[in-house]
Amino acid sequence: MSPDLLKLIFGRLGLESLPLHEPIVVGTFVVVALGGAALLGGLTYFRLWGYLWREWFTTVDHKRIGIMYMILGIVMLLRGFADALMMRGQQMLAFNGSEGYLNAHHYDQVFTAHGVIMIFFVAMPLVTGLMNYVVPLQIGARDVSFPFLNNFSFWMTVGGAVLVMASLFIGEFARTGWLAYPPLSNIGYSPDVGVDYYIWALQVAGVGTTLSGINLICTIVKLRCPGMTMMKMPVFTWTSLCTNVLIVASFPVLTVVLALLSLDRYVGTNFFTNDFGGSPMMYVNLIWIWGHPEVYILVLPAFGIFSEVTSTFSGKRLFGYTSMVYATVVITILSYLVWLHHFFTMGSGASVNSFFGITTMIISIPTGAKMFNWLFTMYRGRIRYELPMMWTIAFMLTFVIGGMTGVLLAVPPADFVLHNSLFLIAHFHNVIIGGVVFGAFAGINYWFPKAFGFKLDPFWGKMSFWFWVTGFYLAFMPLYVLGLMGVTRRLRVFDDPSLQIWFVIAAIGAVFVFIGILAMLMQFAVSLLKREQLKDVTGDPWDARTLEWATSSPPPDYNFAFTPVVHDNDAWWDMKRRGYQRPLAGFKPIHMPSSTGTGIILAGFATAMGFALVWYMWWLAALSFIAMLAVGIGHTFNYHRDFDIPAEDVIRTEDARTKLLAGAK
Amino acid sequence: MSTDTHAAGAHDHHHEGGHAHSTFSGYMLGFVLSVVLTAIPFWLVMSGALPSKQITALVIMAFAIVQIVVHMVYFLHMNTTSENGWTMMALIFTIVMVVIALSGSLWVMSHLNSNMMPMHQMSGMK
Repeated sequence: MSPDLLKLIFGRLGLESLPLHEPIVVGTFVVVALGGAALLGGLTYFRLWGYLWREWFTTVDHKRIGIMYMILGIVMLLRGFADALMMRGQQMLAFNGSEGYLNAHHYDQVFTAHGVIMIFFVAMPLVTGLMNYVVPLQIGARDVSFPFLNNFSFWMTVGGAVLVMASLFIGEFARTGWLAYPPLSNIGYSPDVGVDYYIWALQVAGVGTTLSGINLICTIVKLRCPGMTMMKMPVFTWTSLCTNVLIVASFPVLTVVLALLSLDRYVGTNFFTNDFGGSPMMYVNLIWIWGHPEVYILVLPAFGIFSEVTSTFSGKRLFGYTSMVYATVVITILSYLVWLHHFFTMGSGASVNSFFGITTMIISIPTGAKMFNWLFTMYRGRIRYELPMMWTIAFMLTFVIGGMTGVLLAVPPADFVLHNSLFLIAHFHNVIIGGVVFGAFAGINYWFPKAFGFKLDPFWGKMSFWFWVTGFYLAFMPLYVLGLMGVTRRLRVFDDPSLQIWFVIAAIGAVFVFIGILAMLMQFAVSLLKREQLKDVTGDPWDARTLEWATSSPPPDYNFAFTPVVHDNDAWWDMKRRGYQRPLAGFKPIHMPSSTGTGIILAGFATAMGFALVWYMWWLAALSFIAMLAVGIGHTFNYHRDFDIPAEDVIRTEDARTKLLAGAK
Repeated sequence: MSTDTHAAGAHDHHHEGGHAHSTFSGYMLGFVLSVVLTAIPFWLVMSGALPSKQITALVIMAFAIVQIVVHMVYFLHMNTTSENGWTMMALIFTIVMVVIALSGSLWVMSHLNSNMMPMHQMSGMK
């Protein structure tokens, strides 16, 4: 075939795009390919495809979608953490004239991929998954407001993750750092496909995130059960509401910034170039208008989880519920007023820097109020040190350290010394791991019995806990030290041999965290095997306080046979105290949304379009776009959108629960 | 979502304030106001009635803002009671966010422009 024709069909994609010259990538590819083949073969052999398609991929049930989000987050955690281990290994070795084992081209992709994956495809899915699973149950709803949209959002997130993963083996990923600042990310300095993969992965996933934000806001505003006024909502639902408001308000900014960057790259505009009137500084300004709310998007739900866990395991009502709510709302607003602290050193004058320095310090006040509320909740409580509570305590200690280094960085003159140093790296890992990751783990351990009907194994959970916590401190405290000594981030080789010992300690810490992750996977496996011993038939294993514990574990498809009525903040606690009797008769058919494959198909075409745009395969991009429109319009003619669960089925399900409950007593 | 849950969720809200219902005269009034508010800026530019271009631009901006409010009230049926005040709340939040983002960006970028653009400084030094 002629080169022109090849170019027309494959765009920039050719055999030389495959990273065959990188032995590490080739090795990874072989392992992934073998593992993937084994997985696909296994699914085919055990004839699971039909089951997966019917029960999971096409489901519109918020519980199953939530679980799929969690699986996505954990799978991507393994990828993101592999990148972390590679960086720690490289920095530990690259002393005394050694170049380490990663060349610059590969190393730059590794640190970019690590940041992008950990934020967008680990933290976001874990947080969204927990919100998706828990919020409708907590407010006594049958599902989210737009169940099909929920399925579509999930698959768009997966589509973004697929594009990032594809970049590992087909072409390359961005070498720009996780926010792809121009001019480095402009076509002149990054002519390859890396930045394009970055752009389209985030755009595809961003659609999913924005839509799921709209969905959850609508759910919380519209579908609360009777009696649940705003000030009777559980704190996790409150923080979810604020997080989703932040998502809806800030993700469009990211979308627009990336769209402008892609215009610069694809059609030669000059928004962020150095010349022709473009301003790269505008990109930095705009992306942090999204970027700072983003960190609160991640951490607010974690605060909600800690609130639920603290009050459940202290056996007390949450201290200062109202102040907790107001603190959350204040953080939501303030998170929009601090973005410049990410670029104090870019050259604003003293007035701008002091304004943003002060707003940044102010934001620690509501956060501190929350911390005291948790402490006062624990005060004179009957604390049970189960796994979710252990993660919460670890969070409180760790997050306070991270918060204080954050306030330190908020002082502009101090920031001029510490900007872009490893001190900053240590700070944000301190708050993101200590806050978001520990929060997600507390949430997983707390709500797992709700989702699956058995608790997680405590032994392996504690192993995971201790390895994670000690590993975290070993890995990041040395970075504080190095940062204060002036070591900047993203370095590949070092001249000063006296620094090496700190990197060795940090690498040991990373290995500890790795063992922690393995222990967590082990915890899942062991719990699955021991599910009979760990079984919970009551639906309320922790003697908890909010509505999700009022139904069975796992909850039936319809969540609640009768919509609950709420009289108090801790609705389920209140019901238990007043001697609530489960209704045993009078069940009616329940109207439910039907599963549909449209979400996964649409997201599949969107992903194909992203891939095509990365490689300049214009025909494929156009084709997948048209296909998307066609499927979308086709879906409007789908009139099989809902069905009724017959009353007999409801009676059968509820009777089975009655038997189980009687057996438990 | 299933109509069941809708019903359960909506029942106690509906009476206090559902959608604001619109009338033909409401739409007509909005339409006429929009046309007038569009025509005046056109006339200002074409006739050059105001002395300076800057004032003209500012006046047009003011008309644009009034136009936005007209659209929201007459076409989007925004008022303080619709959807239990949620639409108003969302509007206020949006305005706060947009004002913060725009004014903050302008402030920041003007600082960066005066401090960091080399051409600018050099011409200042002459």
